[in-house]
Amino acid sequence: MRGIFSKRRMTLLVLVALVAVLPLVFPSGYYYRVAALVWISALAAVGLNILMGYAGQVSLGHAGFFGVGAYAVAIGPARLGLASWICILLGAAASGGIAWLVGRPILRLKGHYLAIGTLGFGVLIALVLTSEAKWTGGPDGTSVARLAVANMRISGPTAWYWISGFVLVFGAWLALNLEDSPAGRALRALHDSEIAAALGGIDVARHKLWAFVLAAVYASIAGSELALFDGFITPDTAGFLHSIELVAMVVLGGMGSVLGSVVGAALLTTLPQLLTVFVEYEQALLGLIIMLAMIFLRLGIVPGVQRMLARSAS
Amino acid sequence: MDGFATMAEFLQFAFSGLTVGAVYALVALGFTIIYNASDVVNFAQGEFVMLGGMVTVAVSAAGIPLPLAALFAVALAVGVGVALHRLAIEPAHGASPVVLIIITIGASIFIRGVAQIVFDRQFHKLPSFSGDAPFVLFGATILPQSLWVMGGAGAIVVVLHAFFERTILGKAVLAAAANRLAARLVGIDTRLIMTLSFGISAAIGAVAGILVTPITLTSYNVGTLLALKGFAGGMLGGMGNPLGAVLGGLLLGLVEAFGAGYLSSTYKDGIAFVMILVVLFVSPRGLLGRRSVERV
Amino acid sequence: MSALAAENVAIAFGGIVAVDGVSFSVEPGNIFSIIGPNGAGKTTLFNIMSGIYRPGSGRILLAGEDVTGLEPHRLAAKGLARTFQNLQIFFRMSVVENVMVGRHLREARDLMKALFRFPSVGHQNRATREKARELLAFVGLADRADDAAGSLPYGGLRRLEIARALALEPRLLLLDEPAAGCNPVETEAVEGLVREIVRSGITVVLVEHDMRFVMRVSDRILVLDGGKKLAEGTADEVRRNPQVIAAYLGRYGSKEAARARS
Ligand SMILES: Nc1ncnc2c1ncn2[C@@H]1O[C@H](COP(=O)(O)OP(=O)(O)O)[C@@H](O)[C@H]1O
Ligand SMILES: [Mg+2]
Repeated sequence: MRGIFSKRRMTLLVLVALVAVLPLVFPSGYYYRVAALVWISALAAVGLNILMGYAGQVSLGHAGFFGVGAYAVAIGPARLGLASWICILLGAAASGGIAWLVGRPILRLKGHYLAIGTLGFGVLIALVLTSEAKWTGGPDGTSVARLAVANMRISGPTAWYWISGFVLVFGAWLALNLEDSPAGRALRALHDSEIAAALGGIDVARHKLWAFVLAAVYASIAGSELALFDGFITPDTAGFLHSIELVAMVVLGGMGSVLGSVVGAALLTTLPQLLTVFVEYEQALLGLIIMLAMIFLRLGIVPGVQRMLARSAS
Repeated sequence: MDGFATMAEFLQFAFSGLTVGAVYALVALGFTIIYNASDVVNFAQGEFVMLGGMVTVAVSAAGIPLPLAALFAVALAVGVGVALHRLAIEPAHGASPVVLIIITIGASIFIRGVAQIVFDRQFHKLPSFSGDAPFVLFGATILPQSLWVMGGAGAIVVVLHAFFERTILGKAVLAAAANRLAARLVGIDTRLIMTLSFGISAAIGAVAGILVTPITLTSYNVGTLLALKGFAGGMLGGMGNPLGAVLGGLLLGLVEAFGAGYLSSTYKDGIAFVMILVVLFVSPRGLLGRRSVERV
Repeated sequence: MSALAAENVAIAFGGIVAVDGVSFSVEPGNIFSIIGPNGAGKTTLFNIMSGIYRPGSGRILLAGEDVTGLEPHRLAAKGLARTFQNLQIFFRMSVVENVMVGRHLREARDLMKALFRFPSVGHQNRATREKARELLAFVGLADRADDAAGSLPYGGLRRLEIARALALEPRLLLLDEPAAGCNPVETEAVEGLVREIVRSGITVVLVEHDMRFVMRVSDRILVLDGGKKLAEGTADEVRRNPQVIAAYLGRYGSKEAARARS
């Protein structure tokens, strides 16, 4: 487990290799776009995994934070004349702040009550983004100014492939570091037994809260990335369906596994892209994929594969 | 504004609140029945409402008389409910609550997607059952169809109550809800009970959809918001409590109508969720939820 | 000053009075046992003492300080640790990680340093793991350290909980039926552990059904019945108490009463 080939380093190595090597096999520029979308979703999923996979607390409203990050880079530059990169940070700070404020009462809830609490919270954020049309452009969305650094405009799939890839690796590194620390152990412990964790001296409420805040910041930054990459954003990015997709990514890839979150994000992002040939059938197929994945791959892909490998090794 | 007009306005909001609330109550009731039988929070509950409305519209458009079309729609919804249990919930036996929730959400996306292909993406209307001539009560106008909705909801509650209290099968459902293992030990087929619960819930949802379509119109995607609000209503009343579900649903409808009338109609759909958050923050198990201490 | 004291503690759950005005006090360095039939309120008393339930009335004093209603993690910080009759294992973690969690309060816990993996985090992880391995060796689980916690047999899980509780370096340890479900050999091992724990200066409060075990190790014994204190005293005093004999005779028949007396 430990040493040079600790799980932490292996995961990181695999991710770096993926980001670095994938472009070599891309047959066309279109693939940069799809891969960038995967890295962006994966960042949000890796963050949500801290909350769901480590700490075992479900959030059915997490796309709300994604939306806050997305609209921060839409509104800040256009209305307040702020630089985009500052708005990424402001969005992250706002998301973290909101999570910190609502986290304590919400995370007192358990099971289905937590599910509906987070769901309601997410729906409210989406509703605000839809209704405050003066600022957000309403249900039709709004365009987003491109990212510029030192007067250089950064846009296009290739640039965003590398940016989102780097941010994902960095985010995964932080999450893996957390996993292998007192706080990470505390989160994983309270997942199994809050009472035993508390009697081990762990401030359960506080740890849940920080996991929520971290997950919110990850989602927010992913949202900012998507908005800047696409140049356009609608309230759907903050919507219930998107929240479900994020949760499904984490569960499908494997709760608690950083690599799993990336795999889950890759599947749920690329499948609809493959299925765009059947535009008509997209929703039905998405629903079917989510159902089948949850029924048959409930343990998650990465832990499932790891278990198989471990079995064949011994 | 003079007193009478104020009063009329108040009544108007109350009536529309009770009408919508009756639908929420039925959705919440459907949630509760499935939840009690199987611990599954069925987010596809709203799709039964959608199916009730859409199938009735489609079948009656083909020239079938409305009552027959409605019957067909209910039967179809029941079929979908049973299939949902047998094909999606049962194979996932033993999965965590979150996984089960996502499965039902996947099912709802699937059903919606299929409806969009089979029907279309337009809004549809059914004719009112007893005409559209409103009558006036203390200055408030009431649509006859509103009475159908409220009366229908009331009838369903009464019939269900009789079913649970008076019939062997109903008692078996209650027994299974109270203690699944004990129910199995005394020979109750809990699998059948669960399937039955999904069927009953689907039927309730479909009836709600048929009753309300003449007022609110329907389309392939009305289910999501209804599911969320029905869930909110059930949660307000306290998960697993049928009476609480009905009260929670009605309360939600009323608060929404008054909120939209007196405060802001933009945020009408938000009221439900603000309300759940407030209630949950104050009482983390809902208004009438079973209060229990976690045991170790 | 007593290590732990309860003053008139009572709690009810929807009409059922589970603990009914119980008082006792535990001397530092003692093994204090609580016995009584199933449902007597022993675990409930533990839950009150460890901050899981807030008593309806009465006070809990930890080393003279009123700690009634304090949250569990604050009690842990004050040196209280416990194990659970209904095992509370972290099943998603390895055996050694379970014990590492118990070191939480003894570790530096700066979130930023952890996220950015300051070198100190790695050093500390190694130290924590080392300490956890020592504790596993103490309870006889050294060779299972890297296995999944769920792969341990029942008796192993009970000892794992003891190791995890000890990782806290507590002053007071509450053990709720540490030998339940154990065979005689395992029970003897647990008894040895309890004796060594006390020898190291930790005060132990023990709930246990194995009467011979209890009678052998306890400095004092509290007998609960129906939430009420039936008797308290040394093993000999309790053994001879007519009320205790009657209670055990009435409920369990002569065999168990005889066992309790032997
Ligand atoms: N959280 C709870 N809710 C309701 N009743 C409880 C709860 N905890 C304990 N009880 C009741 O309190 C009584 C004492 O239980 P317990 O303390 O577990 O007994 P013991 O550990 O002595 O066997 C029992 O009647 C039990 O049913
Ligand atoms: Mg007990």
